[in-house]
Amino acid sequence: MSRIKALFASKSKKILSVYVTAGFPSLNDTISVIEELECNGVDMVELGIPYSDPIADGPTIQESSAIALQNGMRIKVLFEQLSELRQRVSIPVVLMSYFNPVNVFGFEKFCQYASNVGVDGLIIPDLPCYEYEAMKYDKIVNKNNLTFNMLITSETPEDRIRKIDKMTSGFIYMVSTTATTGGTNGISESQISYFKKVSEMNLKNPLMVGFGVHNKQTFEEATSFCNGAIIGSAFIRILRKSSNIENSIKEFVSSLKG
Amino acid sequence: MYKEVNEHGYYGIYGGAYIPEMLQKNVDELRVKYLEITQDSSFKAEFEDLMRNYVGRPTPLFHAKKLSAKYGFKIYLKREDLCHTGSHKLNNVIGQALLAKRLGKKKIIAETGAGQHGVASATAAALLGLECTVIMGELDMQRQQPNVMRMKMLGAEVIPATTGTKTLNDACNEAIRYWMSNNENTHYLLGSVVGPHPYPDMVAKFQSIISEEIAKQLLNLEGRSHPDAILACVGGGSNAAGAFYHFIDDQRVALYGAEAGGCGPDSGKTAATLTIGTDGIIHGFKTILMQTEDGQVCDAHSISAGLDYPGVGPLHAHLHSTRRGVYLPINDEEAIKAAFELTREEGIIPALESSHALALLPKLKMKPTDIVVVNLSGRGDKDMATYIEVMNNM
Repeated sequence: MSRIKALFASKSKKILSVYVTAGFPSLNDTISVIEELECNGVDMVELGIPYSDPIADGPTIQESSAIALQNGMRIKVLFEQLSELRQRVSIPVVLMSYFNPVNVFGFEKFCQYASNVGVDGLIIPDLPCYEYEAMKYDKIVNKNNLTFNMLITSETPEDRIRKIDKMTSGFIYMVSTTATTGGTNGISESQISYFKKVSEMNLKNPLMVGFGVHNKQTFEEATSFCNGAIIGSAFIRILRKSSNIENSIKEFVSSLKG
Repeated sequence: MYKEVNEHGYYGIYGGAYIPEMLQKNVDELRVKYLEITQDSSFKAEFEDLMRNYVGRPTPLFHAKKLSAKYGFKIYLKREDLCHTGSHKLNNVIGQALLAKRLGKKKIIAETGAGQHGVASATAAALLGLECTVIMGELDMQRQQPNVMRMKMLGAEVIPATTGTKTLNDACNEAIRYWMSNNENTHYLLGSVVGPHPYPDMVAKFQSIISEEIAKQLLNLEGRSHPDAILACVGGGSNAAGAFYHFIDDQRVALYGAEAGGCGPDSGKTAATLTIGTDGIIHGFKTILMQTEDGQVCDAHSISAGLDYPGVGPLHAHLHSTRRGVYLPINDEEAIKAAFELTREEGIIPALESSHALALLPKLKMKPTDIVVVNLSGRGDKDMATYIEVMNNM
């Protein structure tokens, strides 16, 4: 059983996934940050490959990507770093990338490399469904024992949600708003009713809420109807100003779970 | 057929809609409705009326006799610089603003490089009663102060893009983000033949009024409806798409695009996308792109703020890859030289963008009977600071 399937099989509620940009805050922090997150009880990590033009991200993640690129992060460097991933980390790790770097690297080669280092899934927010279908990327993903995790929003129509559910093989990434990442408003009633509506659709994939989840309260609200939530920008902000990464991660995770 | 997109918005292998789910609803709405709305007879009538009585169309096709004598073939200038607001941009902007109204949108968001599209958007918004926000690179705002003030005078809010190189590419990213966060009542009024489908096709169709007029005007002036060659500058490529459009499938007409070579295609300070780029995805579409071997988008440079874009519209990527179009890099110096040549020979101060197209003239090998049309996409008022600097250093 894959690590993602095993996670959702063993824990169906309040799954905490944290996003971190590869190569941030320093180039060689990638694995140690993931390791610390696991040590402090985080269930899953979404590892972002930095990109020059991250249109779905807000300023916090964009800035972390720019710093990571300046630090020298490249896909080849990342896969070298990840070669020791499974000696040090056992929780699921999902790679998030915009499509262009993956496409330039080569989709199949990217999947092979990801699988070889023990990555469990992919999130590529700007890869269109029609291309995923037409290019039969699902076969490549499956062959490499990866999951492909697609996004939905509150404005995604029901028939499209069902189609995305069919194409998704790990979890559905429920974007809580239609805005970019990094919003810090609370979770509104309309968002709650959107979470509730989707949770009642009996989809085959578990639901992870992302965008706008940034503290214990929003984590609790977001996970009341779904399986878990992904926290990104709030964590990046912590890393950005941290003078002691170990302590900062410990405090951050306990503030969410405590 | 080169100029028609398939159902997913591809010209050959270029185009498509590479967008996050957060934009899907808006892009779907546009894709489903834009043809139906723009082909509606009442829309067409309103568009044509505004083109004629507000934009000032048809723009003249001017026989540049002194330039013709100098280069040894017949040169016509398509005077898009005489459009209201000083460039071809208003054709597309009026079309999209009318479309936005029919889609029930109250606001428009636009990105701008040199400010021409921003000024055009602010103008159309004022005319049609829409709120307008323009995102402009912080550096471009400094380079193009008069246009910033024009936009503000027209009632638009101008927001600086402070990321990256603080130029057009960053303004595009920020505009997409703004649209994503404010999509309910807002139409993204994209200024070139770029972006996710249906934008490249839609903008090309609005701008095709240029080639439609060229064909009619040439018939009157020369007794035939096609030139032997058309020259246009290409950043994203909307004026070139418009000037080429009716002739794309007519093999008698050679299509020449002038890319911004900047300090030279190999200098690292360039915007010559089709000369040095590779296949990639930017701003929601597949095209030819200046990028690193890791797929990171490179910074673009041009003396013209309107051309320093690291990608190019998918139609041009298609015409380039199929060799239907010829795209040549023009360096900053060549563009400046061409600008002064037109000014002194014909008494027209061109926009720096258009100067790139003019700089193709000495590179052509044409017969004395050949007819060449240069699309003069905009006027040079906005570039006076650059021209003054050049004159001070002469």
